[in-house]
Amino acid sequence: METGLVLLLLLAPFVGFLTNIFLGKQLGKNASGYLGSLAVIVSFVVTTVFFLQVSASKQPITVHLFDWFTLDSFNVNFDILLDQLSLLWLMFVTGIGSLIHIYSISYMHDDENIHKFFSYLNLFIFFMITLVVGSNLLIMFIGWEGVGLCSYLLIGFWYKNQDYNDAAKKAFIMNRIGDLGFLVGIFIIGYVFNTLDFMTIKQAVLAGEAKANLAWIGIATLCLFIGACGKSAQIPLYTWLPDAMAGPTPVSALIHAATMVTAGIFMITRLNFLFDLTPDVQTVIAAVGVATSVLAASIGLMQNDIKKVLAYSTVSQLGLMFLALGLGAYEVAVFHVVTHAFFKACLFLGSGSVIHALHGEQDMRRMGGLKSVMTITYTTFLIATLAISGIPPFAGFFSKDEILMVAFHKDKVLWVLASIASIMTAFYMFRLLYLTFFKEFRGTEEQKHHLHESPALITLPLIVLGILSAVGGALSIPGNSWLNNFLQPVFAHKAHAEHHLDNTAYMLMGLAVVGALIGIGIAYSKYIKKGEIPAEDDQITGFANVVYQKYHVDESYMRIFVKPIYAISKFLRDYIETGLSDIVFGFGNVAEGLSLQGKKLQNGNIGFYLFAFVFGLCSIVFYLFFLR
Amino acid sequence: MDVTIVLILLLIGALATFFSGNALASKVALFFSVAALGASLVILNQFNQGIDCGFSAVWMKNPNVLFSLKVDGLAIAMILLNTALIPLIILSSFGNNFSNPKNFYSLVMFMAFAMAGTFLASDGFLYYIFWELSLVPIYFIALIWGNDDIAERKKAVIKFFIYTFVGSLFMLAAFIYMYQKAGSFQLDKLYALELSSKEEFWIFLAFFLAYAIKIPLIPFHTWQANVYQKAPTVGTMLLSGIMLKMGFYSVIRWQLPIAPNAAKELQYFIISLSIAGVIYGSIVALKQKDLKRLLAYSSLAHVGLIAAGCYTLTVDGLRGAILQMIAHGFVIVGLFFAAEIIYRRYETRIISEMGGIRQQTPKFASMFMILVLASVALPGTFNFIGEFTVLYSLFTKNIALAVLGGTTIILGAFYMLRMFQHAMLGETNAKTFADVTLTEGIVMVVIIGFLLFFGLFPKPIIELIAPSIKEILVHIK
Repeated sequence: METGLVLLLLLAPFVGFLTNIFLGKQLGKNASGYLGSLAVIVSFVVTTVFFLQVSASKQPITVHLFDWFTLDSFNVNFDILLDQLSLLWLMFVTGIGSLIHIYSISYMHDDENIHKFFSYLNLFIFFMITLVVGSNLLIMFIGWEGVGLCSYLLIGFWYKNQDYNDAAKKAFIMNRIGDLGFLVGIFIIGYVFNTLDFMTIKQAVLAGEAKANLAWIGIATLCLFIGACGKSAQIPLYTWLPDAMAGPTPVSALIHAATMVTAGIFMITRLNFLFDLTPDVQTVIAAVGVATSVLAASIGLMQNDIKKVLAYSTVSQLGLMFLALGLGAYEVAVFHVVTHAFFKACLFLGSGSVIHALHGEQDMRRMGGLKSVMTITYTTFLIATLAISGIPPFAGFFSKDEILMVAFHKDKVLWVLASIASIMTAFYMFRLLYLTFFKEFRGTEEQKHHLHESPALITLPLIVLGILSAVGGALSIPGNSWLNNFLQPVFAHKAHAEHHLDNTAYMLMGLAVVGALIGIGIAYSKYIKKGEIPAEDDQITGFANVVYQKYHVDESYMRIFVKPIYAISKFLRDYIETGLSDIVFGFGNVAEGLSLQGKKLQNGNIGFYLFAFVFGLCSIVFYLFFLR
Repeated sequence: MDVTIVLILLLIGALATFFSGNALASKVALFFSVAALGASLVILNQFNQGIDCGFSAVWMKNPNVLFSLKVDGLAIAMILLNTALIPLIILSSFGNNFSNPKNFYSLVMFMAFAMAGTFLASDGFLYYIFWELSLVPIYFIALIWGNDDIAERKKAVIKFFIYTFVGSLFMLAAFIYMYQKAGSFQLDKLYALELSSKEEFWIFLAFFLAYAIKIPLIPFHTWQANVYQKAPTVGTMLLSGIMLKMGFYSVIRWQLPIAPNAAKELQYFIISLSIAGVIYGSIVALKQKDLKRLLAYSSLAHVGLIAAGCYTLTVDGLRGAILQMIAHGFVIVGLFFAAEIIYRRYETRIISEMGGIRQQTPKFASMFMILVLASVALPGTFNFIGEFTVLYSLFTKNIALAVLGGTTIILGAFYMLRMFQHAMLGETNAKTFADVTLTEGIVMVVIIGFLLFFGLFPKPIIELIAPSIKEILVHIK
């Protein structure tokens, strides 16, 4: 029964993938879209069944599917683990996944390859489920690389454009840098624990078996964190995510905001008992997280492409989640993952609705005044913006506030930095909102005539996500957190005491709200009161331009890593390869030269032979008589 | 039934192909290669039931040479690799029009025969004969049916022939030396030989030269890219898919157990050399303009990792190496075939002259993509199992080796995706690209099916080779 349901959960999207890839064209555009959506909805329903079961029983479900492969000191089995953590993740992966599939039926309707789009999207869901439900590190790694592949395929979905293909390739390769870290982490864990199974490792750690190998475990967790940096776009491996916006907007919403990019957080949460053992690595995680958060937020201040702003916002929010992870507050990070999935998916889909209405325009300088035409998009967008800015009672307020609170109790510097990032977030999000929906429309007359609210298949998911962004905070209300209780069995330690409400907590909440309001206030005065419009590209100068150009990080990577590798490649190709070849030929040439010289001796001239004979004889005689 | 049936079928196949005439040659060759595959599967089945399928008969009294064939899991795995790839390679050539097909296919079958013999022979002298015999057909295949300018090709092919032949002579010298001491060329006699560390050292080196050139490892690889590029695709497939595995197989079967102490002494040096080859091959591959050359360098990188696995002298290292040999055999044949499919339509191997193909043939693009992904060892493909196992074995030796060898997953993705992007993606090409034909499709699907199936269920192969690995390691310990 359970095995059957697990297979249904996993295989529904996979069958959707196969059907769409082979028969999608014949099925027609709508059928292809509905089929793809149905596949994910099936998984969502199955997830709900398991979710209810585990919430009631509080017992994780494990299912053995088959033996995969063998190493000398351990086996790797294809086992499934459905516990509180994986089911929570599955709930929003399949839930939001379903919504975004439905949205895409309309959004991608005019694309000739819509069946491919849905097949890739289904494949992504399949791999994402694999990543989440795997009971050992290697099953997780299958999913991990699989979602990376789907991300590659979907960023480069419009493959005629080589810039998009570059973005896709960049995403894959940067992820692979992280994956090498992940792999080495897996090696160490396998070596130390003789297993890759999460439950077995946890038991070993709880039994104190890890104490002797703390140094190894430290390297392992650091390596795993490098893997997480790749997938979840943290410094220094974050630059692929903004470029990934080349993909269709539903992809950005699903993969590059709500689900795949949270895989790093999932992995670290899954292995919380290992990370708890290595406080130094946790410090690194917290530092990288907060640095990423501030850096990305600052870049977000200046961007004019609506999706780029959201992309940097995602990087920044992921940074906050890593901050929470580094502080050992896994449940807080998970909480923010969930609320972020709600409001960021809503924001991306909203921006997609806008882009759709404007026939592909993504530059906010060419938008404005959409509030009156696109009421549903505007309303849901406003809710999500309030949520991400941390205004109570919207979802983001609760989760972000908890992160700030945890940071405040651990380290005031981290708290200050995270607060700065939050203020910046409030500013650039309202900047986005004002520039897009307020004042006059700044696009072409042509566009103005065609302005319209998007169809129901687009607005419906927006409404659902808008509602979730509004009330999602209820999952973990300070002082009485359902989420923390639910997740407790996953963690090796007790949930944090900071969740208790005291005066400090209220004070921090107040400060956070004031901070958000300051950010919003600045945005209001600039873009509503003064009616400013961001400058055109060539008029941005000085430090503003450095920020606008994303601190030239991409260019630096290009100069420091990519170009030298190309140069070395060319050098090896043109000089070393030919040189080595010449050396080998050199042996041949020497042999040939010797034989040519030898050939000259045998020239058929009797006189020469006689001369040689006499000369030789004389030499022998000379040697025998005079030199001996 | 003993294993000679496979050899007989391949040899008769070579003759029958030759005498069947030009019209029928390819079909007769295909028939006999499939028959050989069937026979190998029967042998596998018998082996699994515990029946000894080996064969031994006196061939010469003086010198003491036996015609003896040893069948264990490792040998069967290699025979199956051989007999499974040969029909695919023959089928893949159905779209080509070779002059003198009876000679061509006859040589292909003869080469399959010689390679099968190399994988089976357990008498050093017999083994050496098969080893050298396999060089003859590929020499003619590359020389007569190759591409590009004849003078250039001749130069490359002759270099290849002499280079590998000279390398092998050192191996022959080692065998003769050991024969002086053991009075036999028999594998187990040679295993049992008591050698001084100096003798072991020189014997190890003599073998190494032969194998390092054949595989090839850097810096002995200079023949490779030219020959891979200039040989007809069938020849390239034979070389990269099967023949280079003769080198690895010989390392595992002959070199390591005969000279284990020298192997232990030199292992870090050779592993380092191999891993240097991984990085070197990957980086050189990046900037190749010719698709076949790029694949040649990718192969150089992959075989570096396999070699590194072999010389760890651990269970995981050997297992990973063998798995990766099989996986690499299939994926590289598939990739060279993809290059050939493009060449049949665009008559070019220069990547910059391709591009914009995906729009015209989504089917081919998908198949090519899957092969690219298998080549970069995406989990779920068979290549991942091998690569993971090898990298893990390197890690158990030294973490730095695993990290350096592991750069293959980054660099491999770099050059393969870059190649794919420029060869397949972009604005639709003005030249039309006819969809893949039925035979082309069959070859691709079989290869892909193999790589995906064993990516998820590698167990049968792992269990088949496990006892042989143990036995060989007993001799090394």
